[in-house]
Amino acid sequence: MVDIEGRRATWSGEDGSRRSFLRVGAAGAIGLSLPEWLQLKAQGRATEGKAKSVIQLWMAGGPPQTDTFDPKPEAGEDFSGPLRRAINTTVQGTRVGELLPLLAKQADKYTIIRSMTHNNNSHETAAYIMQTGTMPAAELAYPAVGAIVAFKKGEAGYQGSLPPYITLTNPLGRFSEAGFLGNNYKTFAPGGDPSSSQFRVQGFIPPRGMTAQRIQERRSLLEAVDALGRQAEKQEPLRAMQAYQEKAYGLILGDARKAFDLSEEKEEPRKKYGANAFGQSCLLARRLVEHGVPFITVNDGGWDTHRGNFETMQRKLPILDAAFAALLEDLAQRGLLETTIVTWYGEFGRTPRVALEPPWFGGRHHYGNCFSAVVAGGGFKGGKLLGASDYRGENVRERPVYPWDLAASIYKLLGIDPNGRLPHPQGCVAYVSPVAGGTLQSGGMLTEIM
Amino acid sequence: MGRAKSIPSFVLALGVALAFSCPAAAAPKQPKEKPGAEKAAPAKKAAAKAKVEAIQVEPAKVLLSGKWAVQRLGVMGRLSDGTLRDLTSGARFKSAGGKIAAVSKAGVVTPVSDGSTRISVSVEGAKKSATVPVTVKDAQNAAASFLNHVRPAISSLGCNSAPCHGAQSGKGGLKLSLFGGEPESDYEALTRSAAGRRINRVEPARSLLLMKATGQIPHQGGQTLPPDSSAYQMLLSWLARGAPWGDPKEPQVVSIKLFPEQPALHQGDTQQLLATAVFSDGSLRDVTQDAAYQSSDTKVAGVAAGGRLKAEGLGESAIVVSYLRQAAVTRVLVPQPLPEPFPKLPANNKIDELVYVKLKSLGIPPSALCADAEFLRRVYLDAIGMLPTPEEARAFLADSDPRKRSRLIDRLLERDEFADFWAIKWGDLLRIKSEYPVRVWPKAVAVYYRWVRQSIAENKPYDQFARELLTASGSNFRSGPANFFRAVPSKDPRTLGETTALIFMGARVGCARCHGHPTERWTLDDDLGMGAFFARLNYKGTSEWKEEIVFPDPRRVLRHPRTREIVKPTLLGGQVVEVGREEDPRPKFADWLTAPQNPWFAANIVNRIWFWLLGRGIVHEPDDLRPTNPPENPELLAYLEKELLAQRYDLKHIFRLILNSRIYQLSSTPNQYNAGDTRHFSHYAVKRLTAEQLLDAISQVTETSERFRSIIPEPFSFWPQGYRASQISDGNTECSFLDMFGRPPRDTPYELERNSEISLRQALYFLNSEQLEGKIAGSPRIKRLLQGNRRDEDTIEELYLITLSRFPTAEEKRTLLDYLAKNKNARGQAVQDMVWAVMNAKEFVFNH
Repeated sequence: MVDIEGRRATWSGEDGSRRSFLRVGAAGAIGLSLPEWLQLKAQGRATEGKAKSVIQLWMAGGPPQTDTFDPKPEAGEDFSGPLRRAINTTVQGTRVGELLPLLAKQADKYTIIRSMTHNNNSHETAAYIMQTGTMPAAELAYPAVGAIVAFKKGEAGYQGSLPPYITLTNPLGRFSEAGFLGNNYKTFAPGGDPSSSQFRVQGFIPPRGMTAQRIQERRSLLEAVDALGRQAEKQEPLRAMQAYQEKAYGLILGDARKAFDLSEEKEEPRKKYGANAFGQSCLLARRLVEHGVPFITVNDGGWDTHRGNFETMQRKLPILDAAFAALLEDLAQRGLLETTIVTWYGEFGRTPRVALEPPWFGGRHHYGNCFSAVVAGGGFKGGKLLGASDYRGENVRERPVYPWDLAASIYKLLGIDPNGRLPHPQGCVAYVSPVAGGTLQSGGMLTEIM
Repeated sequence: MGRAKSIPSFVLALGVALAFSCPAAAAPKQPKEKPGAEKAAPAKKAAAKAKVEAIQVEPAKVLLSGKWAVQRLGVMGRLSDGTLRDLTSGARFKSAGGKIAAVSKAGVVTPVSDGSTRISVSVEGAKKSATVPVTVKDAQNAAASFLNHVRPAISSLGCNSAPCHGAQSGKGGLKLSLFGGEPESDYEALTRSAAGRRINRVEPARSLLLMKATGQIPHQGGQTLPPDSSAYQMLLSWLARGAPWGDPKEPQVVSIKLFPEQPALHQGDTQQLLATAVFSDGSLRDVTQDAAYQSSDTKVAGVAAGGRLKAEGLGESAIVVSYLRQAAVTRVLVPQPLPEPFPKLPANNKIDELVYVKLKSLGIPPSALCADAEFLRRVYLDAIGMLPTPEEARAFLADSDPRKRSRLIDRLLERDEFADFWAIKWGDLLRIKSEYPVRVWPKAVAVYYRWVRQSIAENKPYDQFARELLTASGSNFRSGPANFFRAVPSKDPRTLGETTALIFMGARVGCARCHGHPTERWTLDDDLGMGAFFARLNYKGTSEWKEEIVFPDPRRVLRHPRTREIVKPTLLGGQVVEVGREEDPRPKFADWLTAPQNPWFAANIVNRIWFWLLGRGIVHEPDDLRPTNPPENPELLAYLEKELLAQRYDLKHIFRLILNSRIYQLSSTPNQYNAGDTRHFSHYAVKRLTAEQLLDAISQVTETSERFRSIIPEPFSFWPQGYRASQISDGNTECSFLDMFGRPPRDTPYELERNSEISLRQALYFLNSEQLEGKIAGSPRIKRLLQGNRRDEDTIEELYLITLSRFPTAEEKRTLLDYLAKNKNARGQAVQDMVWAVMNAKEFVFNH
């Protein structure tokens, strides 16, 4: 007989005998002491945290950990491919891939997590797991971490004129980014290429170079023809639109839109980030942080290197290296790194063994069993290594870090209670982090580096 | 209502309620609503004027059996003006024999010793006092069982609520089922788990349970149980007797009775509700104090613990009273006093008559009939999702046929765009998209969508539509409806059962998966029994990428998660369906679902159609049908159901009925008495155009088009130029506009997913975006308007017909002529400004 299991998220490939997992209980295991637990507020409203903003560098497709932050030159050419060298960094004992020389110089600012695991190898599901910090559960599509941050910051009175969750510049796709919080908290993705002189953010920059005077004239004309607007006070939806129109004019004629205006940046630093879409998006992310935006995702694609992995690395890693290093250095110099979390990862890593056979000819496939992530700033310590993979980078050797461990740590640093509640669409109970429900395996919050 | 049905207990309730003296019609004349602190004043004045003629006490006699019995008394007075008023709070209670029964100031009677006595009740100003005979039996019997005493106490003390021990992982090591849904596991938790250390049978008062609850040792929840309370005494007595579970043969609560059945109050009035539990042996017990109370509209009626109601504002509110997973509903009516008689109004059909009855009882006169131009734009948008062309608008406005509205409705229901527009709605409910968490791939999306759209276009009888969907098998690339079993985040049978119940019955069975709910009748067994109908489904791949065959596989079973027993297909409500060893159980489910006597199937769809057209369900939320969420107008819902059955599930018949009603055709402009009403359909509720309607309207006005594509799931999809947003099959299609304006993500089949709210980004888009500006500047239509020797006046007139489907008023014409004259030197730009301004007017963005 074929048996059909109940609906618990299944944990494929789990190997409990080799790894000792912590089973998350009611409170302790996510790193809260009992007194802290007792202090939790009923609704878990966001408070002041060490971090004010997050910049998430998202490597869609899944970047190879062994060519970047967890090099394995000793495993031989079947694993390292032509990138046979690992280079030393400014932190003793920490090595990175040979194509990341600029990041090697910034190693004191970030921690490499070499034991990320969720064991899922499909783009859609893995992207959902990494972006939401939850395992799929049938009845509920979770919002992305950025959307939850937007929601919680909104609850705590976020008054910024820019949307609280911005993605540069195209939405991630692959999974529903809105989740049960709905499209109101979905990320604002302006589209376009910030390295182009034609880059315009819709809604913020007056179209077609329209002057403030003409904007005002049109506004008067609109008031004159808005017959239904005159009974706005009597009907709620009309009143709401009236109010938003007024708020929008404050923005259009005010200066929040300058956040998107890269022409205010000097030539030299712009070059440092790299004259490409990813580099300029990182620069734009820094400007958004300065304007108080709590969550920014920089969406970089093209990491799904089933074929020609190494050609792609030769092309992409220098771009990543320059932009990521420039971002860390720039944030640190401006004193923003202390309050800004920067993260780097994709939905999974890639197979440590190179697929040399046809039709791949030097490709790497999906690998969710063990991969790397990088965290910096906002309360995360720099210059550390957290967790380790085995000799070939195929398995977690110590300190497994699950996506929800990372997400819960980010919430904590932002002053958002991971045990806080979210509005469940059917009035049930939904927590900020699924760890609070006590049903998932966990390695615990990243207290070692917080 | 010739059919035997189980759900509309609320229908019956209302019938009874109307029989109860309902003073709404003979409302005492009150001055109009006054704000703030004076709210209660008119009621008091009225009370002072009208004398109390007689008082009546509920219940008329009291029987207290056992030491823990209580009975609360309610006092109603009949006033000289013929109305009834609650006088409980001002009444004086006196027990003739204090040795038999005691009565508190608030009128709560408790036993002292066996015997009979009387309680006299007097009210100031009333000539005669009333007496209530009281009999006390077994006063010394302090036996308490978990089932009948402890369990309700845990709920009323709030121990098993979500923030406390009812939390998913419990609190402080103790986990109780949320709202007491699973008494067996709660009993286990309290008496046996943690090595039984929560209770102390030797020294009951030293039980951890009591010491925690009374705060003698630190308890995160503080002191929830005062040691001098009778609940404490009861728990102590229960523990002293060895914490018994109770006799399973002991009578169970089968229903809750409320008094009064339908309180009709005036603003500021209070009313004591009495809740009585009816047991399986016919005995009654007062549970007023322990029951939970919930008001559907707290602006109309507030209800405090202990059942004290207060009429806070005008209107109607449903009060749900629940006790031990049984619930009863009463409706509180607070009518608005009208200075003149309720107007006599023409009715287009039965819908109007039924809505008028309700509006009259509430004192809310409806708005006037909307103008032809308003109707024209409204019905185009609501029926086919588009604006009328200027030619269509001119023709309709010039038509002098008195039946032109219903003729237009008939034409619209036959248009291709009708099928397009409603295929979006069904695409939302059925989750047609190729993206996680649904995983229907582009090819299957196309096949599924085509089947849905075709079904709507040919007006397939709704029962047949449901049956084809629920019994489909085959390849997801060939059989459209087979995708029903794939367009779910997980293909487990329970999810399929829950999805089916939600879509076709408006029943939220899935909630029972985690725990039973106090106001929901569904249990874990219902959830499993539904799932078992889909347990024999299996899936297999083919050599075609992403193709999957859905097929019935008799080897598959669904097991109970706890007992591991095979679950038999069970209809909601408990009837087990026997199926043969090789039989696919789904057709039997479809038979039951689509049978005329099914209490949900027809009610669910007519209610949804009402919601889709009028913006609010008769039952609201529209996909939450349950006895504790009663319909605003049960007769109206029953009428629409009857019509659907009489017309053999012809959905267009229901569309036609609603669109032809005067209620649908009311003006959206409120009158002085109905501006505050958002629930009773006294005027058309303005709706922001949906994402698809709005994008299509902008494209239609400007004669521009969008290029839609979807490149995340492979293979990529590109829609040909000129396709409207309403024709897009795949919910995953990239379009920032549609996202911004609340297109549902199609992650779940809930109606709530579609977001019609207004946001800042929407305002920015309209006021200040390259996209809208580009569409206006590049519009071939506007270029045409500028060509030739058209008079400015005609240009303005044409612009209004294109955008707002009406002629401009004289004043609007003058304003725009002035603007054009002032900007003579930049005429092109001035015309664009004009178009921009009209498209930014609320009249364009809203369906009104």
